[in-house]
Amino acid sequence: MDEPINLILFSGTDDKLQAAAVLTAGAAALGRPVNLFLQYWALDAFRSERIGRDHGLAPESGPEGRAHVDALRTAGQAGWAETLRQAKDLGGVDIQACSLSMDLLGIEQADLDPLVDGVEGVTAFYLNAGAGQVVFI
Amino acid sequence: MLQTAPTVNRTIDARGSFCPGPLMELIRGIRESQVGDVLAILSSDKGSRIDIPRWIEKAGHRLIAVQTRDGYDEIVVEKAR
Repeated sequence: MDEPINLILFSGTDDKLQAAAVLTAGAAALGRPVNLFLQYWALDAFRSERIGRDHGLAPESGPEGRAHVDALRTAGQAGWAETLRQAKDLGGVDIQACSLSMDLLGIEQADLDPLVDGVEGVTAFYLNAGAGQVVFI
Repeated sequence: MLQTAPTVNRTIDARGSFCPGPLMELIRGIRESQVGDVLAILSSDKGSRIDIPRWIEKAGHRLIAVQTRDGYDEIVVEKAR
């Protein structure tokens, strides 16, 4: 059994969440377990009433980057939430909210999209990560 | 050598879908198929002609063909397990 790949999602902009979703789907396609740990602004983007919104782009995108991202979306690119749903359908993808970030943002699990499997602390995250790589996005 | 084209049981048209969409659709199609079925996936995503054959090898299926068509690639695979 392959070691899991462990992605800590911190940034809540659509470009970084999209990149993370594609990395997740690729690993899941290879049968590799993937653990996603949602912190700060990434967690905020997973609120059920906000997940479908425009979450902006990283500052380095600029107007030209915005235009490229919009063009791909207009051409029919699946959004990050949809890509994560597809990855979860393949199996082996676990999405956990950081309990500290839940307190920080004042939210309960009921406020989160069903993509999120649960809430855990950083110790549980590292224990689940085992010897697998940890990537911070 | 004369090669007879295999009978394609199912064609998945993933043209217009972006990475990793075509692979996601192929995996779904493979799961819904029987061992021995031949599937063709059509993709306009430039990464597919590299990624999909690599995935087929890793997943233990049989790559039959990768053909470039007009603005897209056609990848033919036999479900082997």
